[in-house]
Amino acid sequence: MKDMDKSFKKDTETEFPLREELRPHQVTAPDGQVIEVDPLQDYFCQEPPKVHRKSYVRIVEDFYNWARAHSLWILGFGTGCGAIEMRPLMTPRFDAYRYGIQWRATPRQANLMVISGYLSVKTLKRAIRAYEQMPSPKYVVGLGSCTINGGMYWDSYNTIKRLDDYLPVDLYIAGCMPRPEALLAGFMDLKKLIRKGQGEGANKYAENFDWYKENQKAVIKDWDMPDYNW
Amino acid sequence: MMRDLIERLTQRYKLGAPVFQRADLTFVDLAANDQLRSLLLELRDREGFTHLVLLTAVDWLEEGRFQLTYMLNNRDANQTLALRVYLDREVAVGETIHDIWPTAETYQRELREMFGIDFPGSPRVDEEFILEGWTDLPPYRRDFDTLAYSQQTYRDRPGRETTDPRTHMKHKLYPEG
Repeated sequence: MKDMDKSFKKDTETEFPLREELRPHQVTAPDGQVIEVDPLQDYFCQEPPKVHRKSYVRIVEDFYNWARAHSLWILGFGTGCGAIEMRPLMTPRFDAYRYGIQWRATPRQANLMVISGYLSVKTLKRAIRAYEQMPSPKYVVGLGSCTINGGMYWDSYNTIKRLDDYLPVDLYIAGCMPRPEALLAGFMDLKKLIRKGQGEGANKYAENFDWYKENQKAVIKDWDMPDYNW
Repeated sequence: MMRDLIERLTQRYKLGAPVFQRADLTFVDLAANDQLRSLLLELRDREGFTHLVLLTAVDWLEEGRFQLTYMLNNRDANQTLALRVYLDREVAVGETIHDIWPTAETYQRELREMFGIDFPGSPRVDEEFILEGWTDLPPYRRDFDTLAYSQQTYRDRPGRETTDPRTHMKHKLYPEG
């Protein structure tokens, strides 16, 4: 871009210290035994995500995809202003439930994540945790221009510009903000994608896991969680 | 009422020339930082300015100083008085007033994180407030270039265009020129 100031250099040297309780330390058991604990290694499963292979028979895979397309459960995770558009969508005015699209309260019960607007770095961390906890096959829809190229937050120090650097996005819905009608059309498109077998976000995430982690860790400096939050 | 008040206070405090912004809003500079606490206490306890509306900062980069604005409100008289205090930009240490107004604690935490102005003694002032894992310059300082930072941190998607609104609308409204 033209107006970039060359004189300002971002600080890339300083490391952010890990939180006290997450550093390796010693724990004394009730019987007096002293145990070395590395919380990030020992308390969490270190297994990276696996690629879910397709069925060997085409017609069976098509049946699976048909069933998946009709079972969209949205995680009630609102970021930015787009969360407001979801309220009329889930209530009688636009009523997304008639298309078989419902909202759930926890990531374990949902398979569609709608990133509804700008993501600050702080929220990105929570979004990654929530996404990784969702059961496969799972889908991500980016809502609004903020998730596409930064939108009006194009020069913000704390807001990511491209969502697909950090999470595998199946579909973008453009607009600032998109109306509930646009969301409905987007969900219909997502259903078509899934039926064609193109809703492969979770597999893409597993295949390029290292690339995604590298991008995520480049912006989240206080990485105080395991690499895969399953 | 405000003229009388400022006149009375000027006898004992080093106040600058007041700016009567509106009938109910007055700005005034305080030249001596060590008088801040006694002036705030007097305003709160004797003059009825019981409510701290906000505490905020302005970064005057060219003059090398921070301006702290303490905005106080007198509900009974419907008057707002904003005190402006100046800090050196190099040693940005302010006096904590969390014991006068407990809400100041939150403002001071924000100023510490966003401007790097320290308030020794204020509760939890060194904890993270909004940002997480921030290692660069405090982002509200004017020598922090937010555009350059975002360009060095987040990847652009190619194809984004920017048009100057003036020439764009001129071309759209009068295509012949």
